[in-house]
Amino acid sequence: MRGSRIAACALGLLLAGVAWALGPGDVAPDFALTDFNGKPMRLADYRGKLVLLNFWASWCGPCLEEMPRLSALQHNYGPLGLQVIGVSMDDEAAPAKQLLVKRPVNYPIGLGDDKLGERYGGILGLPQSFLIDRHGRILARYKGEADLSQIEAAIKSQFTAPRH
Amino acid sequence: MSTRTSVVGALLGILAILAGAAGPVLADHKPAASIPTAALIQPADFTATLNAPAASKPLILQVGFRKAYLQAHIPGSEYVGAASEEDGVKVLRERVATLHKDRAIVIYCGCCPWSKCPNIAAAYDTLQQLGFTNVKVIYIADDFGTNWVDQGFPTAKGS
Repeated sequence: MRGSRIAACALGLLLAGVAWALGPGDVAPDFALTDFNGKPMRLADYRGKLVLLNFWASWCGPCLEEMPRLSALQHNYGPLGLQVIGVSMDDEAAPAKQLLVKRPVNYPIGLGDDKLGERYGGILGLPQSFLIDRHGRILARYKGEADLSQIEAAIKSQFTAPRH
Repeated sequence: MSTRTSVVGALLGILAILAGAAGPVLADHKPAASIPTAALIQPADFTATLNAPAASKPLILQVGFRKAYLQAHIPGSEYVGAASEEDGVKVLRERVATLHKDRAIVIYCGCCPWSKCPNIAAAYDTLQQLGFTNVKVIYIADDFGTNWVDQGFPTAKGS
């Protein structure tokens, strides 16, 4: 009886211990995926660049609405040091790949999983994006339908502010 | 930035706006707003149900995406899959096939903002078509993380 109570308490603590609060100031968890073109996609390889990490899925309407604009950000600010990275939260890669044939983007995309979602504080709704500075720290977290002009302003400010 | 880059960037921006205005290439889905208000239940109100005796608890079904369910879900809820897809509807139909039509069923998604959710109305309609008379829908305005987990409501993880 006592053992089962201890086990129940331990389970409760385990569930309560999920790190849901990842946000500005935290180090962005590193990950290594293979993008849909077969190339390695590791977050740490983008140190020195400003990274916009976008979680999405092929069935998510708001995600698809913002992807062309993310491509435009990559085009406009890539030469200055921005790198947009996409992580699909589809169950499998196939529907995401099929969608990208119809609606190609100019940034790498790989398939994420629930473990990666947990490490990013829980990707429990889409879309979600993280702006990550050149040192790998999270500058901002955008949940849901983000105001892309706000994201662009944050990106611009990073390129106009003095570099540390 | 060079002039050429700016021009190409501007064109991309215009294309982006046009693409946004045209909407996604997803098949049209029935909006969550089609669900009658009387069938909705607020997350905070529903938490009281979780402490009810097992015999009087409703069947709780998550009709969103698996990777979210694995990260966090309502304790005791079952994953049936995205009801916007054929596979999800099939699993939903199979799960309720042997139940009495007056069985209390609660469904939730939380994959996306309520107004953009492709799953919840599809699941509700399926249960209505099957003749279930006691179906409630948890109203998740933004997403499951914001409106459930971040509120400190009971949460489980894993399959």
